Amino acid sequence: MGNRVAIVGAGMTKFVRRAQETGKELCYEAAKMALDSCDMNLDQIDAVALGTAPDTFDGVHMKGEYLSDGAGAFGKPYMRSYVGGGTGVFSVAQGWYHIASGLMDTCLVICEEKMSSYRPHPQGAFLTIFDHTTERPLKPNLLWIFALEMNRYMSTYGLRKEDIALVAVKNKNNALDHPCAQIAKAVTVKDILNSEVLAWPVQRLDVSPVSDGAVALILTNETIARRVTNKPVWIEGVGWSLETSYWTNRDLCYPRYVEEAARMAYKMAGVTCPRQQIHVAEPYDPFDYKELHHMEGLMLCGKGEAPQMTVDGITQRDGELPVCPSGGLLGVGNPIAAAGLMKVAELFWQLRGEAGKRQIARKPKRGVAQAWGDLMQVGTVVVVGI
Amino acid sequence: MPKKLKSKTQKARRTRQETKPQSLTPNLQFMGTGLSSDDLKKGKVCTTYWIGDTKYAWDRGIAIGKYLEGMKHGKILGVECHKCGRKMVPPRIFCEWCFKPIDNWIELFDTGTVNTFSLCYVTWDMQRVKNPIIPAVIEIDGASKGMGIMHLLGEIDPKKVHIGMKVKAVWKSEKEREGAITDIKYWKPVK
Amino acid sequence: MSDRVGIIGIGATQFRSITPDVSYKELMFEAAVKAYDDAGINPRKDVDTFVTCAEDYIEGTSIFDEYVPDQIGAALKPVHTIGGDGLHGIATAFLQLKTGRFDIAVVEAHCKPSNMLTPDGIEACGQDPIYNRPLKLNTHFIAGLEMNRFCYETGVTYDQCAKVVIKNRRNALNNPIAGRAAKLKLNDFKYAESVSCPLTELDIAQPADGAVVIVLANESKVRALKKEPIWVSGIGWCNGTATLESRDWVYLNYVTKAAEMAYKMAGIADPQKDISFAEIDDRYSYKELQHLMALKLCCSCNPGQCVDNGRTEINGEFPVNPSGGALGMGYMYEATGLARLYCAVEQLRGNAGKNQIKNAKTALVQGWRGLPTTSTAVTILNA
Repeated sequence: MGNRVAIVGAGMTKFVRRAQETGKELCYEAAKMALDSCDMNLDQIDAVALGTAPDTFDGVHMKGEYLSDGAGAFGKPYMRSYVGGGTGVFSVAQGWYHIASGLMDTCLVICEEKMSSYRPHPQGAFLTIFDHTTERPLKPNLLWIFALEMNRYMSTYGLRKEDIALVAVKNKNNALDHPCAQIAKAVTVKDILNSEVLAWPVQRLDVSPVSDGAVALILTNETIARRVTNKPVWIEGVGWSLETSYWTNRDLCYPRYVEEAARMAYKMAGVTCPRQQIHVAEPYDPFDYKELHHMEGLMLCGKGEAPQMTVDGITQRDGELPVCPSGGLLGVGNPIAAAGLMKVAELFWQLRGEAGKRQIARKPKRGVAQAWGDLMQVGTVVVVGI
Repeated sequence: MPKKLKSKTQKARRTRQETKPQSLTPNLQFMGTGLSSDDLKKGKVCTTYWIGDTKYAWDRGIAIGKYLEGMKHGKILGVECHKCGRKMVPPRIFCEWCFKPIDNWIELFDTGTVNTFSLCYVTWDMQRVKNPIIPAVIEIDGASKGMGIMHLLGEIDPKKVHIGMKVKAVWKSEKEREGAITDIKYWKPVK
Repeated sequence: MSDRVGIIGIGATQFRSITPDVSYKELMFEAAVKAYDDAGINPRKDVDTFVTCAEDYIEGTSIFDEYVPDQIGAALKPVHTIGGDGLHGIATAFLQLKTGRFDIAVVEAHCKPSNMLTPDGIEACGQDPIYNRPLKLNTHFIAGLEMNRFCYETGVTYDQCAKVVIKNRRNALNNPIAGRAAKLKLNDFKYAESVSCPLTELDIAQPADGAVVIVLANESKVRALKKEPIWVSGIGWCNGTATLESRDWVYLNYVTKAAEMAYKMAGIADPQKDISFAEIDDRYSYKELQHLMALKLCCSCNPGQCVDNGRTEINGEFPVNPSGGALGMGYMYEATGLARLYCAVEQLRGNAGKNQIKNAKTALVQGWRGLPTTSTAVTILNA
């Protein structure tokens, strides 16, 4: 069933609040680094799969077409996939089916985001994600949906902000070891609880920053993977699922769509007991409670149990199940699609033992990365292993 | 009342952990040049501006058209699928779970229950406000359990808002109503 | 991997200049219901993966992906958006089915350009923000540049371009879902308003609202469902350069590369002989000729002669756009390629009514993403 697909190279730019480079240039830097990392060149790439989230940030219609030459797509089969915030991890699934189909031998997967172009603040662009007739007239802010979801999550399981804040503390501290991190900073629970209230229960330090950046991976089939590296990281499973857009009709306390996506990926990967078989996880953490929410959706713990796992230190880098050892979006930064792909790049480096200061001591063999997006609606999951 | 979670270890409370690199890291060079607001203000880099001319007028269609027409008359309309028995709001001409056309229209109450809410201190474009805007998902009475719409709460002390609170729509006057979601000004607590 | 991919269901709405009666969701629902009925499947149970082709700026909604699942029966299922032409969506479904992990895939594309109040302003956002936009030109200027150079180098005359329009809009008269049918004469072009010389108002395909849904399945599923499918025997897609300043205005290498990929897969050695007819992109009149040339479907070095000698008429030697093309049916942004595919399937099934081509066995369908892109996809279909 399908060809085996491996990740053989990775590259990324620094995540910064405002990059001097254009979107095309960011793409180029990440792609070049990924190619160099496995001693390949663009001529050896059969197809390019691009992921990038809303066009509105850059103010560029058909952004995929605009970025194409920077992404190395000149004269090549090229497509842009798009599932909102879930795009970064989905783009790996996109690269996977290019090669697993047998049509392509190699694929460059690249994700870019440049959020700083939008004026006066990128948040303004998010108004247009809401339903144009029944929601936009209320002038919603993106923070609303997170705050509504977080409140529902907290009240369903009787959680305190102090315990959720531990996620932000962990990830921002983890990011101190990431050379690309935008706002790595040693913070305490107190700092988070004292930060500005944006949309209660969401406070300033519960949130990841807006960023510019790009990440690229090189995917190949088994034959080429064996040739270019002795440490291929295999894509064992991919999954994605999109919930109904009537988000006010469902209970926000649990991400069913993440569970669906995870089940699809686990089935493909032959994972039957995720808590035992997954050694490192990179769930999507644009807000601190989201990491907990997504750990539950990924079935790494039971419903409502993720906070206790965090309190027990299990999710620390030296814990039993390291979660977001990269520093995640909260620490490294959140250039939407690129942030998702950064998570898969982190697993690639962790599994190969190349994560430097961030390296998990226990030598992980299998990891899961997940992203989330749209109107609290889409789950995208990738399982990788060596 | 939220419970305090007790830790078996103190690991999570640490602010900084030390881990030793396990293997030789390849010498990775990361590109990317950050700019500060000052760099832009002082003209360190050239910039170009563009104000997009992007205007739309979306057709409301059958379901939302009727829903908004109902609003104009001070009513909240929903639809019902006889196969799964769900009474839905906002209305749609299809049941997304059964994938069949909708069977009939029903009138719902203009009262409901707060499913979740937030106290928001920033506007949609990140301007700070002193008194919080209170968005909420409100489960509408008369619809199936869990069927809510997003709207705003008003006439309430922000400290007193809670999940499970009963609320009632405050409509604009008949003259002011135009067939829009904003025909309901906000929802206030039921005394 | 030897498993073939077949089209087992198609559905489309009428293509109209305005559709004020329905929302985009209701438009998509109609096309989806028709396609699933045609395929004899239940989307809630039978479909494994859904692909939609859309662009945010056209919808006026950021992350339009959000609003896709419900009306096509895809809630809580694998669904994703491709920022591409409908044929890019077909390519995606094709790849996914070929992995062997999926049995049935659905591709959707739709468009409601009547809801864009400032289409020129919206399309301008597709231009390079740093190099091109400050010139403040209407995006059609790029077609003007291209048409001028193309006609200059190949010797195609403006009359020959006009004849493409006449042919396609006349073909649309007999296409019941077409929205821009007309009976035109060469003389009418004298009075056509110039947009970006030599491009006139009549050279440009006018927008239409509509939705198309296509159901694809792998060979074993086709057999299990006992369907007479239209096989997708070849597929190719390719990008040229994004910059205007460095592109070739005459020979569209990216179209040739995409076609070669599809020909190779379908085992087509001589496209002109092995293919019965073509449904190709005609966003602008000259584009049909330019695409024909790049697809290696021209009889001679001057593609203009193809329209002069009636070769591309419905009863001609090699019919092109018997459906009426985008000029005759309406231009529907990301749904344009899928509309071409829909009509090609109808032809191959023998359902094209008065426009039916005799003995149509193999079709080529090509889509282009419009200005300012150099992005194309090609599909070969077999009855």
